[in-house]
Amino acid sequence: MNASTPAPSRLLPRDTLRVAFSGLRTRPLRAVLSALGIAVGIAAMVAVLGISASSREQVNEQLRQLGTNLLTVTPGQQLLGGDAKLPEDSVDMVARIGPVRAVSAIGTVADASVYRNQHIPEQQTNGLAVNAARTDLLDTVSGTVASGRWLDDALAAYPTVVLGADAAERLGISQTDGSVQVWLGSEWFTVIGILDPIPLAPELNSSVLIGWRVAEDLLGLDGSPTTIYERSIESAVKDVRAVLPATVNPDAPEEVVVSRPSDALAAQAAANETLTALLLALGGVALLVGGIGVANTMVIAVLERRSAIGLRRALGATRAHIRRQFLGESVLLAGLGGIGGAVLGGIATAAFASSRDWPVALPLWVLGGAAAATIFVGAIAGAYPATRAARMSPTAALSTV
Amino acid sequence: MSAPTQAAVTDARAAAAEPVVLLDDVRRVYPGYPPVRALDGVSLRIDPGELVGIVGPSGSGKTTMLNILGTLDRADAGLVRIDGHDVSKLNDRRLSAIRSRRIGFVFQQFFLVPEVSALENVADGLLYTGMRQRQRRARAREMLERVGLADRAHHKPNELSGGQRQRVAVARALVGRPPLLLADEPTGALDSVSGAAVLELLHDLRDTGTTIVIITHDRAVADELPRQVHLLDGKIESDQRSEQT
Ligand SMILES: Nc1ncnc2c1ncn2[C@@H]1O[C@H](COP(=O)(O)OP(=O)(O)OP(=O)(O)O)[C@@H](O)[C@H]1O
Ligand SMILES: [Mg+2]
Repeated sequence: MNASTPAPSRLLPRDTLRVAFSGLRTRPLRAVLSALGIAVGIAAMVAVLGISASSREQVNEQLRQLGTNLLTVTPGQQLLGGDAKLPEDSVDMVARIGPVRAVSAIGTVADASVYRNQHIPEQQTNGLAVNAARTDLLDTVSGTVASGRWLDDALAAYPTVVLGADAAERLGISQTDGSVQVWLGSEWFTVIGILDPIPLAPELNSSVLIGWRVAEDLLGLDGSPTTIYERSIESAVKDVRAVLPATVNPDAPEEVVVSRPSDALAAQAAANETLTALLLALGGVALLVGGIGVANTMVIAVLERRSAIGLRRALGATRAHIRRQFLGESVLLAGLGGIGGAVLGGIATAAFASSRDWPVALPLWVLGGAAAATIFVGAIAGAYPATRAARMSPTAALSTV
Repeated sequence: MSAPTQAAVTDARAAAAEPVVLLDDVRRVYPGYPPVRALDGVSLRIDPGELVGIVGPSGSGKTTMLNILGTLDRADAGLVRIDGHDVSKLNDRRLSAIRSRRIGFVFQQFFLVPEVSALENVADGLLYTGMRQRQRRARAREMLERVGLADRAHHKPNELSGGQRQRVAVARALVGRPPLLLADEPTGALDSVSGAAVLELLHDLRDTGTTIVIITHDRAVADELPRQVHLLDGKIESDQRSEQT
């Protein structure tokens, strides 16, 4: 015998993991159930962040496609309260601004309504606007034809009409072969086309669009536009925006309203952020509840395994080894739930995004954050039970059978 | 070499060497109303290679003594030297080190892990030495062979008889080749036949030089041992060495 100090007890990291895992294996159902609590929380958070990222990606993609260089000009209010008007030559004036690449306009035919047939009483309007459109409108707003054709110079002179996506739906029209007519003002107009929804000019979706000449000839439209659509070089949008009011209406620039529809789209995406934060908080609450479940499971596990703790102490485990075992078990338990939750959340994100034809976006930081949250919750939940297990006196632990 | 010479050499070495266990006026009082003097001035010296029985009626302080010998519990007063270390001066880490490398335990209730095989249970005896799993298993397999359970290596504890379970527990206690083996009522949960087998196993181990302390309330068991320490009410009543081994 010698009195030289024996080498300290050692538990290899790999064995710590093994010991922690074997703890879970003794009660698989309980482990799965308490991991489920964590899974729900993590799944909720991952899904919320994933869906919001996908929606943002969708808007970004849309903006990349549609461009952010479209500006619209509308008349504002007169100083004395009346509705202002845009001058008749304002479209030409805008076209003269250097960086402007395309310009078009619509003119709303005031108090004209559109009906499926002439027997519907006139008071029964359907909220559809009748707009005269210049033939270059569609290109300027990046619109596309869903069926039939767009107004060209020849057709614009005749009583023909192109329906916005919502307008077609509200009127119940899908035929564009010239066989369908609508009652507009006091004339029959032949439906020649239906448009796809136009994200940058949503007001056109609920419009019926007719040629400018016809509108002037048959419906008494004056020449002043109600909305001017303008595209310029991307880098010059700010400058163009600054000079637009004075260009359109040099006499009363304050009566001109300029807006950028892509801003509205982006703002809409940002507005969803508040909802995202709220849902995220809800997911956090679920995670917290899951964490409490894990803590509960661990407290019970420590009580149940008193004699096993005593045995390990007799085999040479230090207090730190026991603490690490139970902490490891808790983190593993939470981690199991975290992995399950991340998978569930990813599936939910993919399902939701693809149901809306969005691109699926699940940023790495979301998964990293989920992993960190899981480990954190597991460690917090396991801290108290692990400390209790470590503090347990070996003799007391062994004397319980 | 003839047998007497061998014994003389062993005795001489034992006298010179540090005792494995040295207790001097050790006291352990469990607080309460009234406080229980579980050990009340116990002095004891156990030399390397000895096979000692600690005998006494229920409540005489046997388990308390074993806990102190095994560094699982601390004395309230007196000197406790285990394997040459003054236990009162060691912190939890150092005591755990002694337990992991210098002491093996056998309990009345076996304390085997029910979910894993006999082999894994035995290998667990080396878990806190930092040895790799592969090596632990190899050593465990050797040890199982020595306790005669090589063919039961992959059975779980509930697939073994009580005597076999206790032999697995003995193998686990010995797999780290500790110089000191402490057994608390190792036959307490066994019938006489399997109990005898376990005791025989412990007897055989004496040849390896391991110091063995067996706690028992069974006089018949104690009578088979070369040295018997009788405890009563926390005091050593007698310390006898019998000639026949
Ligand atoms: N944790 C404890 N708290 C209070 N008293 C205790 C505790 N453990 C043991 N005792 C008391 O100390 C005395 C000695 O107990 P110990 O367990 O050492 O006896 P024993 O000789 O092992 O008995 P048995 O043969 O029944 O196992 C008994 O009177 C017992 O009641
Ligand atoms: Mg006892």
